[in-house]
Amino acid sequence: MMKTLLSAVALLASSLAIAAGPTVQLDKAPIDLTDKASLQNGARLFQNYCLGCHQMQYQRYSRTFADLDIPEELGMEHLMFTGEKVGDHITNNMSAKDGEKWFGATPPDLTNVARVRGPDWLYTYLRAFYADDSRPFGVNNEVFPLVGMPHVLQELQGLPSKTYETRLVDGEPKQVYVGIKTDGSGELSEEEYDRAVADLVNYLEYVGEPTKLEAHALGYKVMIFLLIFLVLAYLLKKEYWKDVH
Amino acid sequence: MSNAPVDHGRRRFLTIATSVVGGVGAVGVAVPFIASWNPSERAKQAGAAVTADISKLEPGQLIRVEWRGKPVWIVKRTEETLGQLEQTESKLRDPSSDVPQQPAYAQNRHRSIRPEIFVAVGICTHLGCSPSYLPNDFAAQVEGIRAGFFCPCHGSKFDMAGRVFQGVPAPTNLVVPPHMFIDDNTIVVGEDEGAV
Amino acid sequence: MFKNLMSWIEYRLPFMDKMNLHVMQYPAPKNFNFWYFFGSLAMLVLVNQIVTGIWLTMNYEPSAEGAFASVEYIMRDVDYGWLLRYMHSTGASAFFVVVYLHMLRGMMYGSYQKPRELLWIFGMLIFLVLMAEAFMGYLLPWGQMSFWGAQVIIGIFGTIPFIGEDLTLWIRGDYVISGATLNRFFALHVIALPLVLVILVFLHIMALHEVGSNNPDGIDIKKDNDGSVEQTEADKKFTFHQYFTRGGKKIIVDAIPFHPYYTVKDLVGVAGFLLIFAWVIFFLPEGGGYFLEPPNFEPANPLKTPDHIAPVWYFTPFYAILRAIPHPFMGAVAMFAAIVALALLPWLDRGKVRSVRYRSGLHKVNLINFCISFVALGVLGVLPAEGVYTLMAQIFSFTYFGFFVLLFFYSKNENTKPLPVRVT
Repeated sequence: MMKTLLSAVALLASSLAIAAGPTVQLDKAPIDLTDKASLQNGARLFQNYCLGCHQMQYQRYSRTFADLDIPEELGMEHLMFTGEKVGDHITNNMSAKDGEKWFGATPPDLTNVARVRGPDWLYTYLRAFYADDSRPFGVNNEVFPLVGMPHVLQELQGLPSKTYETRLVDGEPKQVYVGIKTDGSGELSEEEYDRAVADLVNYLEYVGEPTKLEAHALGYKVMIFLLIFLVLAYLLKKEYWKDVH
Repeated sequence: MSNAPVDHGRRRFLTIATSVVGGVGAVGVAVPFIASWNPSERAKQAGAAVTADISKLEPGQLIRVEWRGKPVWIVKRTEETLGQLEQTESKLRDPSSDVPQQPAYAQNRHRSIRPEIFVAVGICTHLGCSPSYLPNDFAAQVEGIRAGFFCPCHGSKFDMAGRVFQGVPAPTNLVVPPHMFIDDNTIVVGEDEGAV
Repeated sequence: MFKNLMSWIEYRLPFMDKMNLHVMQYPAPKNFNFWYFFGSLAMLVLVNQIVTGIWLTMNYEPSAEGAFASVEYIMRDVDYGWLLRYMHSTGASAFFVVVYLHMLRGMMYGSYQKPRELLWIFGMLIFLVLMAEAFMGYLLPWGQMSFWGAQVIIGIFGTIPFIGEDLTLWIRGDYVISGATLNRFFALHVIALPLVLVILVFLHIMALHEVGSNNPDGIDIKKDNDGSVEQTEADKKFTFHQYFTRGGKKIIVDAIPFHPYYTVKDLVGVAGFLLIFAWVIFFLPEGGGYFLEPPNFEPANPLKTPDHIAPVWYFTPFYAILRAIPHPFMGAVAMFAAIVALALLPWLDRGKVRSVRYRSGLHKVNLINFCISFVALGVLGVLPAEGVYTLMAQIFSFTYFGFFVLLFFYSKNENTKPLPVRVT
């Protein structure tokens, strides 16, 4: 009985890892929260391409500027478009009702999107749009099928479409789906586009938890302190327990 | 059970060392709890400097802006008012503004950066009422002086530089907040770094 | 002067005497092992939860409109707010980790057996209140999982025949989980339940000190003073409060004063625990999505159900039992029975030998079966209830209850080993 129980547990443990998995293989997002240049570019992309519809209603401009080493004057000039104050939250003027009317659902707030979806999902999602004339905006998404969002980064990536190759499968030539390829009409090359999306996702990851680097820095100090305390407490215990043993 | 004698020195040293390190830890743990009572980012942003446009301010006119929940007056004084500042001085409690109720750059007769533009927190230094601005009828309070501030609560009187008169309950002059001019027509209340 | 003041107080409130009774001259068996850390650690986590909780209420806003935003405010705008919040959210999971290990310790060494039945009952009540406390606290961030998790758990009450519908309506105070629900949960979470918890912990410790601590050998350290057992030199070295010797009727062997010996030892446990605790707080606050679930970073939306609703990990063993039974109400009954069975352990176990060290091989296997069943149910509670998982949940529910049934039967005439007279 023990053996069956144990093997059942082992089976469970392995299925736990699979169950959470998505249907599409996600690419690993190259996240580096210390790369200020990447974060700055991400912030720029967000302000230019996302903010029209998506807000970051819990993140302040001043926070972004301070954490990303962007001087306030420069930030206000290049990243703020609607004459808000530097301490304001990153919001737009689109009402939730309009959003629902235009896109079928209110575009979600993106402050915490990296914590909800995970950076890998975002990184893959933004590189998974493809042309699909049956959709209202002419594009569909592999990661998020039937998504109500247009391909806002099209001017950067160009219009991608699903491509197929003829391959021999079991001795017979068959059309095999090989992935998404852009038509090259975008401003960026494929590598540059991946880099841009990575920067954007990096920024979203930062905004999801702006205290992360601070937490890590403080965390190491706390761990070192606790190690010292542990050693002292252990020596003290040993000393006193000489009475007992 | 070892019968070796207890090493009291070592025991005391380890007890003290652990206590000290533990105490440091306790202080460290207290830091986030204490620091969390500081003004939050929201409070700081709400208390951030306020910008006011003074291009349309007429001589004798007073406008109010809100800074950190308090009324701040911006007055454009007339030539006549400025002239009378000297006349009042014998009747004032602190004519040369020795009590630091103003930034250093406003410790002068007119208690301001530019003589004609007076900026002050519009709260009486007695018990916190907001005094009334009497641009023409102040003579009823102080003979011969045309304009001043009069607090309706307990009758404190201030001249047009916010200086308190003798014989009234208010102990000190009105507070001049930090402020600066970005250009000829724009004043920032609550910040004075990098400019005078 | 100071001495006079102290004796003035002592005469009116015997503080030093009580300190001696419960700390300085409390006889604790000298053979406590690793498993005896978790009681003091549970106290530590309780203090952490209360203090960080008080600080969180300073900025939290208990309303459907403001709750989510106020948590983000704490995380982003309040100095060190993120740390206070992570200490509290990680503390909730840590609480269950140490409490589950503490309970397992009691099961291994028979700490629930006579005369510690009431002590065990107080412990089980603490566990129940703790679950209510955790459940209500999880609603407060007003995220998607807060909302839908509460929906599912309140729904359990809806399965009760005849009164279920009305009961859920009464609990929610609305037709859906709303601000009304949030406000009452908030009141219970921050005031009522912590108060009950602190009182129960006090009673738990009082009951413990009355009957004395058990130990890994499960034998008594207070012996009748009738000459059958002699104190050794080592035993005579320490003085214990006369309360424990019952005026000379008892002698105490193999014991050491709680202070300083177990205070310094628990300090080591505390340091080790804090190392792990701090590691999670600073580097893994989401606990891989088990301590803070990803959908909970999205505000509650009554119109959109998350793809997969899983309760927080510490509820999942019981949740898996609930789902394993096809009939909803019977599932709820089974889930409740799983907790009641634990509370009834002092009477289900009819053995006279406490510690697993001296019990039969069958008991050892049965105890391992319990652990495996509990952990497996916990894993299954996270997974979707479909296909083979449902079958497995049924099997492990069966083995979970099987532990108690088997125990009841074999414990009456168990093939135990002889007990030592003195602790080993």
